[in-house]
Amino acid sequence: MSIHEIVLALSLVGFFGYALVSKKRDFVWISSIGILLTLWLKFLGWTGTLQFFGILIEVIIVSAILSYLYRSFLILVLPEKLSKEVSTAPLTAAFGLLMITIYAFVGIFGPALAPYGEAEVIADAFAFRNEEMLLGADQIGRDFFSRLIYGTRNTVGLALAATLAAFVVGTIGGLLAATQGGRLDQIMGRIADVIMSIPSLIFALLLLSILGPKWWVLIIAVGIIYAPRVFRLTRAVAGNIVVMDYIEAAKLRGEKNSYLIRKEILPNVTAPLVAEFGLEFCFVFLLIAGLSFLGLGLQPPTADWGSMVRENATLITYQDSTPLIPAAAIALLTISVNFVVDWVLFRSSGLKE
Amino acid sequence: MDGLAFLIIKRLFYGLLTLLALSVIIFFMVELLPGDTATSLLAMGKTEETLAAMREQMGLDRPAVVRYFEWLGGVVQGDFGNSMVRGVHTSKGVSDMANVSVISIISERFMNTLFLATYAAVIAVPIAITLGVLIALLRNSVYDRIANVLTLTSISSPEFFLAYILILYLALKTGLFPAISTIKDDMTFFESLERTFLPALTLVLVCIAHMMRMTRAAIINLLASPYIEMAQMKGIPPWKVIVRHALPNAWAPIINVVALNLAYLITGVVLVEIVFVYPGIGQILVDAVTLRDFPVVQACCLIFATTFILLNLIADVVAIVTNPRLRHPK
Amino acid sequence: MSSENEIILDIKGLKIDGFTGEQWLPIVKGVNLQLNKGEVLGLIGESGAGKSTIGAASMGFSRDGTRVSGGTINFMGTELTTASESQKRKLWGAKIAYVAQSAAASFNPAHKIIDQHTEAPTHHNLFSKSDSESDAVDLYNRLKLPDPDQIGFRYPHQVSGGQLQRAMTAMAMSCRPDLIIFDEPTTALDVTTQIEVLASIRDIVDQFGTAAIYITHDLAVVAQMADKIKVLLKGEEVEEAPTERMMKSPKEEYTKSLWAVRSHQRKQKTRPENSDAFLSINSIDASYSNGPKVLDAVSFDIYKGTTVAVVGESGSGKSTAARCITGLLPPSTGKILLDGKELPSNFRDRSKDQLRQTQMIYQMADTALNPKVKVKEIIGRPAEFYEGFIGKDLDNRVDELLELIEMDPGEYRDRLPPELSGGQKQRIGIARALAANPSFIICDEITSALDQLVAEGILKLLDRLQNELDLTYMFITHDLATVRAIADEVVVMQNGKVVEQGPKTEMFTPPHHPYTDLLLSSIVEMDPNWLTTVIEKREGTSS
Repeated sequence: MSIHEIVLALSLVGFFGYALVSKKRDFVWISSIGILLTLWLKFLGWTGTLQFFGILIEVIIVSAILSYLYRSFLILVLPEKLSKEVSTAPLTAAFGLLMITIYAFVGIFGPALAPYGEAEVIADAFAFRNEEMLLGADQIGRDFFSRLIYGTRNTVGLALAATLAAFVVGTIGGLLAATQGGRLDQIMGRIADVIMSIPSLIFALLLLSILGPKWWVLIIAVGIIYAPRVFRLTRAVAGNIVVMDYIEAAKLRGEKNSYLIRKEILPNVTAPLVAEFGLEFCFVFLLIAGLSFLGLGLQPPTADWGSMVRENATLITYQDSTPLIPAAAIALLTISVNFVVDWVLFRSSGLKE
Repeated sequence: MDGLAFLIIKRLFYGLLTLLALSVIIFFMVELLPGDTATSLLAMGKTEETLAAMREQMGLDRPAVVRYFEWLGGVVQGDFGNSMVRGVHTSKGVSDMANVSVISIISERFMNTLFLATYAAVIAVPIAITLGVLIALLRNSVYDRIANVLTLTSISSPEFFLAYILILYLALKTGLFPAISTIKDDMTFFESLERTFLPALTLVLVCIAHMMRMTRAAIINLLASPYIEMAQMKGIPPWKVIVRHALPNAWAPIINVVALNLAYLITGVVLVEIVFVYPGIGQILVDAVTLRDFPVVQACCLIFATTFILLNLIADVVAIVTNPRLRHPK
Repeated sequence: MSSENEIILDIKGLKIDGFTGEQWLPIVKGVNLQLNKGEVLGLIGESGAGKSTIGAASMGFSRDGTRVSGGTINFMGTELTTASESQKRKLWGAKIAYVAQSAAASFNPAHKIIDQHTEAPTHHNLFSKSDSESDAVDLYNRLKLPDPDQIGFRYPHQVSGGQLQRAMTAMAMSCRPDLIIFDEPTTALDVTTQIEVLASIRDIVDQFGTAAIYITHDLAVVAQMADKIKVLLKGEEVEEAPTERMMKSPKEEYTKSLWAVRSHQRKQKTRPENSDAFLSINSIDASYSNGPKVLDAVSFDIYKGTTVAVVGESGSGKSTAARCITGLLPPSTGKILLDGKELPSNFRDRSKDQLRQTQMIYQMADTALNPKVKVKEIIGRPAEFYEGFIGKDLDNRVDELLELIEMDPGEYRDRLPPELSGGQKQRIGIARALAANPSFIICDEITSALDQLVAEGILKLLDRLQNELDLTYMFITHDLATVRAIADEVVVMQNGKVVEQGPKTEMFTPPHHPYTDLLLSSIVEMDPNWLTTVIEKREGTSS
């Protein structure tokens, strides 16, 4: 029996025991199903699968501990108001925060961390991993690990810039439409409707085919595609606020629109917009990853996670999962952001009541 | 009944308008390009005379608005014009035919794409809705939390990541299913089902996650209604409350969820087709984008977007029809 | 009624917690309650008293986010705190029924009213569907619903609110339960509709000898409905006594203060002789975006230093009149004069000084104050905007205004609205209006969302401010009790028209316009026999 199997067995039995002691019926069910499943798999001789589950549990335990430590660290370091907020974060959200911090760190200090240059050819194509190359070489002999690190800055940076573009356009449009109302509001709403009636990936492909795959085209395309979504949300949230009596009071006082937006509306829409930024970032990130997987994202030799998967996909045929690491990196960041957004949304909706 | 019919007609009319707006966008975006089709066709060895002749032959000397209506007229009859790139798209090897008609390139492949999307939908929709309702009933329990983390993970993963993981584990390591989904005309239905199981499964996984989350939200929203509490206070058992009181009001939100996800399937198919080398319309689209074969891009975009709009239209009409306030006006 | 002293509901030491999103806090802190067969208990208290939670708990139902943390609830021998869900379901609908506040939301929009009516009896196997249907028609008849044979076959949205409320009472009766819980059943209704519903509820409870718990915040209503009254405050019992005694001689200070509210009445100011109206509205018509007319040739005058109450039910156009005066809804014809000069119809065309002169106080203090802006900025902004106060002067002005509305500047200056109570928020709303140094203030239903004691405080404050600052008020309300308390002159509106106007004393003495008469006779009075008398009188005149 391998160490992973022992971990699996121990944690299942421990969980079952805890469930019995704390009299949580759901936990008893889940743990007994887990134990039966494990025994069955052992009987079938699927040790690989069992080891996988063992590793999964190890990963979960380790990340839970790390998240807990990171949350405690944040509570200590941050100013009082923020640390009070953070102390309400569930472990999943703490995990998300931890991951986002790590990605930001790698993104900012990427060039200093990477052992080799982004486009530096140092070995044969698909060379095996060794002491110098943690993950081996890619399809033309560049260090896969270094490119992975460079990819953080490129892929995440591009997605951030594109989301920001969509947000600036969408928020301004939404606030204008909500405060001005009337014809402007209607026209903007109709335009948003039409753009949103085209599937995002298809619209991006259309724009890319016309303007060619360049980074600024990607930003513009994403800006056009996602701005209507941000517009809709801002319009809806701000729309709920414009009908409030305090807005009427300010209007009747003779205040100008700019005052209304800055002082009366914006403070009330920031919380939902921050959560929306996280959500939209996830969609944009996945869209851009998909496009670069199709070879229509950042062009070579720039390192980019989506295209790294595609370019090295041949390795998968040889049962080597290295090309999936950038894909996993994409998934991990998206999950982390989603975890944080989940918590922020829960907080803001819970506080309303 | 008049009010209801009027609302539906209004919605249909609005859908038609959106379609028109869409065709305008798709047509005129290509027009925005520097140079025209003739320029790009005669990229090499062009003279002013040959260009002018070419333009006249292709009708490019006439105003864009006229050409738009001609194009639209053709599209309505299934004529999307001719491909600008010679023969690259025929599935039976590279041929030398110039000016293959777009419709001949995409029609067969569109059926393949539809097949894959339907395959995925047939599996995903019933499972997702059942699970979504179940999770809504078990809200705030441990199961709900577990489902939340799992579905979040699934929707956060790029499709190609899931696809390659499935290939790695279900095709290469265990050999349970084929890794590449080429299908041929002479295959039986069940052979095709087996061949395309992995791409379908990829779509199903992402789709179920999305749909479950949306169904859960819709049902929870519904269960918070005072009339549900009223029914409970009449001593009606939970299952009957769901069937009699929640379900009749849940059609609109559920259909909406289904339509949104079918629409998602239609586009999600593009990436999956590439990974599994599946001969669908998505592949053609990506190739055409790389080769800048605009008539094909236009046609594919129009088809995808139309499907998307139609699905949303159906969802809205169902919502109108099932709304008791509209069905039984005062 | 309570001659058979058989206890059907016995609650002892009931404690209920509510979940705030972070922790469980007590909402009900040990309440005892006993109900005999056929007896009607009135549960009365202000918001946050826990009366609605007790109502649901007395049938063993705990809403999401609440839990019973102590005590016992015994209903006809069954202990509801420990009973299983299926045991309780056997009682619900059959033995205990519930009537909710909003009938429109509590009927399922997808089914006909009668199908929802027969659901409980057929489910509990008490009546066959056809028996239950004919019984429904009988109940509709007794509840004086129009067209009782057919009304059940309509969908909920096809029936008016007052009728739905009666249909829900019929539904609660469908199994002939031993106990019905009425949770503020008439709060959402107009005054004239309210008394008809009250009367029909009382009659039917009487006819079948059903015991009931009647939950309300309205003293006068409870006096009409209940055999005995229990007063609650913040989850605790204040006192309980038979209705007559409770109305005549309450023991506790809190109850006495509740009772005293309605007696507040100020001296009527007389219209100054030979002076011109301060604000004059000259036959204005108005409608929303080309819709039907909401105001039809409305004219009235308001004199300096007086209070004019504009009274009417929902849809009467009283709030629209206010919107015309403020310029939010420019009238299609007619004009409005302020101090003899015509006001531009759209507020955007008015001068800063014209805008300053007319200020508004809103009904819902929650939506009237920006939750993200501190009190000192809310009050400070008009002072800065109109009067040019800045820096130290502005701070002083804010403090002065806070003192004017009887709030401690040091404590409240830096608070955000969500950190204030309902009454405090309303005071800040008043301070914001005062900060503009206005001469005319429109008060739009400003007390209707407040508890009675708090509302009285606000009315007294406004009274004092009027005398100190020589203010003129236009008071929009549907509540004639409020009118009686504060008005000098009264304008009665119905369907966008002014039906009657004049000094208050004249308005409250006959002869009246028939609609005024209807309104006046709909004010629920404290006298427990009032409802009976009114209904008898109305039936006498109509037949």
